[in-house]
Amino acid sequence: MTTKTITASVYDWVDERLGITELAAFARHKTVPAHAQSFWYYWGGISLFLFLVQCFTGVLLLVYYRPGAEAFESVRQITFVMNFGWLIRSAHSWSANLMMFAILVHMFSVYFMKAYRKPREFGWLSGMALLGFASVFGFSGYLLPMDELSYFATKVGLQIPVAIPFVGTAIANMLRGGPDVTEFTVQRFFALHVVVLPALFIPLLAFHLFLVQKHGNALPPSEELKEPEDRKTVPFMPTFLRKDLAMWIISLNVLALMASVFPWALGKQYDALAPAPTGIHPEWYFMSPFEMLKLLGMVKWLQGESGEIAGILLFTLGIVLWTLIPFYDNNKESGRRGRVAHYFGLLAIFALVATTAIGYWTIR
Amino acid sequence: MSEVTNPASIVEEYLEPGELWTRRAFMVAASAAGIGYAAALGYPVYRYLASPSEMALSATAVTEVTLKDAEKLPAGSALMFKFGTAPAMLIHHQDGRWIALSAVCSHLGCTVQYEPQADRIHCACHGGVYDPYTGANVSGPPPKPLKLFKTSVNDTGVLVSRG
Repeated sequence: MTTKTITASVYDWVDERLGITELAAFARHKTVPAHAQSFWYYWGGISLFLFLVQCFTGVLLLVYYRPGAEAFESVRQITFVMNFGWLIRSAHSWSANLMMFAILVHMFSVYFMKAYRKPREFGWLSGMALLGFASVFGFSGYLLPMDELSYFATKVGLQIPVAIPFVGTAIANMLRGGPDVTEFTVQRFFALHVVVLPALFIPLLAFHLFLVQKHGNALPPSEELKEPEDRKTVPFMPTFLRKDLAMWIISLNVLALMASVFPWALGKQYDALAPAPTGIHPEWYFMSPFEMLKLLGMVKWLQGESGEIAGILLFTLGIVLWTLIPFYDNNKESGRRGRVAHYFGLLAIFALVATTAIGYWTIR
Repeated sequence: MSEVTNPASIVEEYLEPGELWTRRAFMVAASAAGIGYAAALGYPVYRYLASPSEMALSATAVTEVTLKDAEKLPAGSALMFKFGTAPAMLIHHQDGRWIALSAVCSHLGCTVQYEPQADRIHCACHGGVYDPYTGANVSGPPPKPLKLFKTSVNDTGVLVSRG
């Protein structure tokens, strides 16, 4: 037998059992709309790529990281003792931040292209849940080095649920593993970060991707107006896939540049008796909600605890409305609802950018 | 064999007007770039994972160790210590002899133990037996003897060094 016939018979054997030919034929016929706004189609893929980088660098960190009382010491070892440990850690932190950014761009582009409308409601809902999980990933991962900044950030962050009436303190104590942030906190955040969250996130991500495959890319309203025969498409294989992969390589290069030129810092080991360092502030993706709470607390009749409760309520209401948008703006025939949703989106961006800017402006 | 020897003329031969590269030249350059890229990513990851073996390598370079107060070890007993990265044992025999040897069984790497009542070194994993004076493999599966070290006793401790 020649190599060619062996290859062919192995292919036939596998194909008979897995149906590769069907799959390949299916992939050949898949198309992606091509138009002026096609650029925004890449951001979901970029988010996915950065998540894969997170998994990879996360497993590498897991090789030397020790949660609990030794947490800081092990991160110090990774950063200063292990070869290229600083780079792996820096890549993990940078890709987390870049992923957050890519997810937000993806979410807003989906929002303004009205890609949440029927039949894509589940895509939108699962996407919002993924964003929620990504935030918890960020919050829990931030504590793991147990340096000064992560200690105080977690202290402040877990103080927010305390404002919830009746059950607030119990919730906060459950999250912290006690009345204060200690090695018990880092131990349970570790379990959350590397076991619980991935176990929830990955199946949900698979569902999200399945829906993208099932319904295809949504057309923005400007394309919907065109006659079907005037709309252009490109084949997924290889045209779109090639561009998708090019975006992945660009993302990887940006990540490599950021991670190596601006290595992620490691602060001093936390000290429960030391005062909070000056200029301490939340990560940029938590700046906006944090600042909203602070601004509402400054309103005269909302001072103190009532301000915090009002802030949490307002922010929660905003997120609930945002999540339910497919059920309000559900019809492409209804221009009024479409416009309201559009202005709501602009308002949301304005509020996020403005409060983030104020937050950075007023760092003491 | 092609008669063309000047590479520039090959390029001219296959290029369509307006093209800069032949398909083949592009594929070669792209593969080289890809391999370079993969190596640039793989090298830090490899060195990162290899860190403990590199550290162990510097520890195995240890040629001698002083066991403080080991000279007080009663006759007929043994003391375990770490020589470089691996376990080793110091035996003070009934006849007064001091013997230091590697405690890693030459069969499958279990740590062996000295049995004074039987006057032998025994490996519990697969029943290997060694001579407690020379380290020679006496019975059982071990293929090689235990490595014997040099000892010198003074009044502050026992100095163990590689032979």
